[in-house]
Amino acid sequence: MPTVSMTVNGRSAAGEVEGRTLLVEFLREHLRLTGTHVGCDTSQCGACVVHVNGKSVKSCTLLAVQAEGAEVTTIEGLAQNGELHPMQAAFKEHHGLQCGFCTPGMVMSAVDLLNTNAHPSETEIRDWLEGNICRCTGYHNIVKAIQAVAQGQGG
Amino acid sequence: MQNFTYHRPGSVEEAVQALSAASDGTLMGGGMTLLPTLKQRLASPSDVVDLGGVAGLSGISEDGGKVVVGAMTTHAEVASNAIVTAKIPALAALAGAIGDPAVRNRGTIGGSIANNDPAADYPAALVGLGATVRTNKREIAADDFFTGLFETALAEGEVITAVAFPVPERAGYAKFPNPASRYAIVGVMASTGPAGTRVAVTGAGACVFRASAMESALGGGFSADALSGASVSADDLNSDIHASAEYRAHLVGVMARRAVAAAG
Ligand SMILES: Cc1cc2nc3c(=O)[nH]c(=O)nc-3n(C[C@H](O)[C@H](O)[C@H](O)COP(=O)(O)OP(=O)(O)OC[C@H]3O[C@@H](n4cnc5c(N)ncnc54)[C@H](O)[C@@H]3O)c2cc1C
Ligand code: FES
Ligand code: FES
Repeated sequence: MPTVSMTVNGRSAAGEVEGRTLLVEFLREHLRLTGTHVGCDTSQCGACVVHVNGKSVKSCTLLAVQAEGAEVTTIEGLAQNGELHPMQAAFKEHHGLQCGFCTPGMVMSAVDLLNTNAHPSETEIRDWLEGNICRCTGYHNIVKAIQAVAQGQGG
Repeated sequence: MQNFTYHRPGSVEEAVQALSAASDGTLMGGGMTLLPTLKQRLASPSDVVDLGGVAGLSGISEDGGKVVVGAMTTHAEVASNAIVTAKIPALAALAGAIGDPAVRNRGTIGGSIANNDPAADYPAALVGLGATVRTNKREIAADDFFTGLFETALAEGEVITAVAFPVPERAGYAKFPNPASRYAIVGVMASTGPAGTRVAVTGAGACVFRASAMESALGGGFSADALSGASVSADDLNSDIHASAEYRAHLVGVMARRAVAAAG
């Protein structure tokens, strides 16, 4: 069996996997980081979005072995010293979630958006969330939360 | 997904060796099409040869008046690259409207054209701009590369290394996206320049094609008005739950006029 090693949320992580083991399986089942969700398992919904070397990717459509040597950040890696990341705080403040299932992926995508484009328009925010599906909120408050962080008024 | 042996070669030669040693091997670019296909067990290869570690397959450069895009260059890189945005903004716009950001961060030009999905965007870019596909064996003109539904001119064990685009004088791309997947229900790349005047249509038929009546109409002047009488026949176009063949034929006309109007 192949072994894989990577840095996850700043800590080194290694394990034996199969060739077919998905990154999301490695995160959830080997590392027990269950904040990253699997909604569709078909690269549509974005619940599984994590950052690999700083870029958002769908971890249900990446093999664990493809992340060999990479820096991976999951939703668990955003809060620092018990303080929510500004994006997490803004989702809470602006009711950007209801059931919360899509939220980890939504937040990871939103953080990548502001890293790429610090002051997106509403259209740019909505376009960016093309690959993140939410069954509950109607997106409105998600967009508001992201706008609040972009305007420096996080949580 | 059935298990397989995973390879991460460092060169194209090693990739070819790993493929030929495998009983049923397949290449992997970004995996954005391959992994969903394996999950559905539409394919169950014995070996997956990942091109992600091959040096020199990714990146964009200028070479003798052409913009050369490495096979492993992601859609996100093409969309934001300074050479592409300056020389062929229509290509940057096309790449930036593929799928969603996470797909664009992994999906590659090589994987997209090797797959030749009838609704993919890049086939329209290659044919509409008169590009050349470079492989480990030869160069193939885009007009000869896309041969049918999910079919290309690639031979067994042939690896795409890059795509070379001539810089057009003017080019524009317009697509009517499927609202769920963003794949093209109809997409049209129109250009004029060193590769002639071209109108390439994706999404409408089994494979990308050139709309020759529209190309002739644009011969007299590259303007949306010149296309007012030109159309394509619905005869060989796709009909599905998203759009009938007649509606697709209509959309080809609308998208072609928008593409020409958008051309910088
Ligand atoms: C949710 C979603 C939405 C999408 N929306 C769009 C869209 O709007 N428009 C669009 O055009 N596409 C869309 N795609 C497809 C996307 O662009 C893929 O990235 C692309 O089709 C395949 O590229 P890849 O690098 O991921 O290839 P892979 O999946 O790795 O490979 C695809 C095929 O190409 C072969 N291959 C890969 N690289 C090479 C090479 N260098 N030489 C020879 N053969 C090679 C592989 O063996 C495989 O058969 C979407 C995909 C998803 C998951
Ligand atoms: S679980 Fe990965 S995109 Fe839905
Ligand atoms: S909050 Fe329930 S799916 Fe988004």
